[in-house]
Amino acid sequence: MTTARTKPLASTSNQAAIKEGRHAAFMNTAARRRLGLTVLGWTIAGVIFFPIFWMVLTGFKTEAAAIAEPSLIFSPTLESYTAVHGRADYFKFAMNSVVVAFGSTLLALLIAIPSAYSMAFLPTKRTKGTLLWMLSTKMLPPVGVLVPIYLLFRDVGLLDTRTGLIIVYTLMNLPIVVWMLYTFFKDLPKDILEAGRMDGASTLQEVLFLLLPLTLPGIASTGLLSVILSWNEAFWSLNLTSSNAAPLTAYIASFSSPEGLFWAKLSAASTMAIAPILVFGWLTQKQMVRGLTFGAVK
Amino acid sequence: MATLQLNQIVKRFDDTQIIKGVDLEVNDREFVVFVGPSGCGKSTLLRMIAGLESATSGDILIDGQRINDVGPADRGLAMVFQSYALYPHMTVEDNMGFSLRLAGVPKAERREKVREAARILQLEPLLDRKPKALSGGQRQRVAIGRAIVRNPSIFLFDEPLSNLDAALRVQMRIELARLHEELDATMIYVTHDQIEAMTMADKIVVLQGGVVEQVGSPMELYHHPRNRFVAGFIGSPKMNFLEVGVDHANSEGVRVRLPGGESCAIPVDGSDLATGSTLELGIRPEHLMLDDQGPMEGEIQVIERLGGVTSLYVRMGESMVTVTADGDVAHRVHDKVRFGFEPQRAHLFDSEGLALPTLHRHPLAGLNRQDNRAPSAANGQ
Repeated sequence: MTTARTKPLASTSNQAAIKEGRHAAFMNTAARRRLGLTVLGWTIAGVIFFPIFWMVLTGFKTEAAAIAEPSLIFSPTLESYTAVHGRADYFKFAMNSVVVAFGSTLLALLIAIPSAYSMAFLPTKRTKGTLLWMLSTKMLPPVGVLVPIYLLFRDVGLLDTRTGLIIVYTLMNLPIVVWMLYTFFKDLPKDILEAGRMDGASTLQEVLFLLLPLTLPGIASTGLLSVILSWNEAFWSLNLTSSNAAPLTAYIASFSSPEGLFWAKLSAASTMAIAPILVFGWLTQKQMVRGLTFGAVK
Repeated sequence: MATLQLNQIVKRFDDTQIIKGVDLEVNDREFVVFVGPSGCGKSTLLRMIAGLESATSGDILIDGQRINDVGPADRGLAMVFQSYALYPHMTVEDNMGFSLRLAGVPKAERREKVREAARILQLEPLLDRKPKALSGGQRQRVAIGRAIVRNPSIFLFDEPLSNLDAALRVQMRIELARLHEELDATMIYVTHDQIEAMTMADKIVVLQGGVVEQVGSPMELYHHPRNRFVAGFIGSPKMNFLEVGVDHANSEGVRVRLPGGESCAIPVDGSDLATGSTLELGIRPEHLMLDDQGPMEGEIQVIERLGGVTSLYVRMGESMVTVTADGDVAHRVHDKVRFGFEPQRAHLFDSEGLALPTLHRHPLAGLNRQDNRAPSAANGQ
């Protein structure tokens, strides 16, 4: 029974076949474990993905069908999309999201790379403490500083501007970006940079020719994470923007309040808002995973 | 032409002193090896010379110029790292030419210099490869090539062979010695392996705990160790140390009582010694000879046969003694053996571990590696 089961596996390689034959019982347990984990993985993924799936589905229903008994069988319609599009300029919001997400990421990287460099390669007694302190700012509820920041922005004229949002998002993501870059940089053998120094590289050349190319996977995944966090951010964008600089999160929100809840339209708007970042995430997932496991699997 | 001088170099990290006032002179074209156990400060000392670490106090001079405040690149040195520290994203050619690229050397000239270094190291077929695709020995050669391309006044090596397997290490050792002759450059080499030190150095600097224990040629260190530490560190297997009592001592020699009761006169200056005090007798395993009439006796505990020689580990009362005997010796474990030594081969160390001055200099003690060369090679250009 057991040998019959391992046969299809054995065809992959002769040597493996011998080993597997020898450890058939063990392999059997391993295979079963694997199957169990696969099922578990798909189940969790399904549970996580289901709301998104349901939202996309609802976007293609009529308002009546959307609030009716949940059903997978319905006649799809684009009527919600047309209605949503007629009410607000999607592309204006999308453009704001793109500019703000990528702008803040770029700015954050620009500040974080030198900071992480100095912390990773020229640490002092206080480096660890500084890093922890930076991370601890993420534990403060943002609403705690809403009023001061709102007043500050009002006084300097940053309310409802892309610049304002970029600044807030940069500051919001900076601790995470610095922290991530720090761990990636720390994994780079110091010797390589020292060899560069012996070869005559200035600090800037060291960073440009050695550090950046060698930690590019880490920098890329840090950047991607920062883009996604900025894209999905709603608290600050809802409070600091109204029309000119409002990103897609504000676009979704604008469908929820005034005329009660229109589930189909809300779903259509949400689908359009998350579609770009979903595609973006899908395309870069390899990079993300590689970057996030960079240190672990070296 | 490059000489190096260290004057009272001190390095402190926070409150701990790593280097405790080192003085050293390195002559032009000399191959100097820093050797010592791990943590003795040898790498730190090298990194200070390189400029990767600053000296807390003291002066570093190259060709008489104080260079403490000169950056690593401007000191005109090149360093080969233990990990090779190749740039993983660059080809062998780019790795070797990186310093020239930074210096703004035109591409054609850069190429020529890299090819020249590659020829010396037989790296030509590998120039387009990335470090990932090279073996350990090849990576090592690229790292050396990167140093050669810079045409430095002094080469610095930080344990360059310790990541290689034993066979390759022997081969690279020979290659480095050949390179030293071919380039005629000053080289400073750090290692914890006394065999590397003995085989390659013109001058060995033995360090321990941030202090220079002794500086001298390999034969000087072997035959005239200044103290117990150097005596134990240089030579393999390690020197035997036995506690002995002084029977009689003056400037003509010291008569000591060996374990087992026999007495023996050692030709060292014992003018300040009191009769009845205890000393440590140091005698190398290769200088102990199996001899039925010998003054010492013990029981063999372990036998290691290496073919050419055999190491016998012999128990003598409380202490264990290593005897390097002929490869064909027929003894077995638990055999009782007698052995002795020539008195002028023995060393005596006082209670502070300092060697008593020997009365006769070993004829080879002043020999350095260059003297091994044929006269024509030594004089020729």
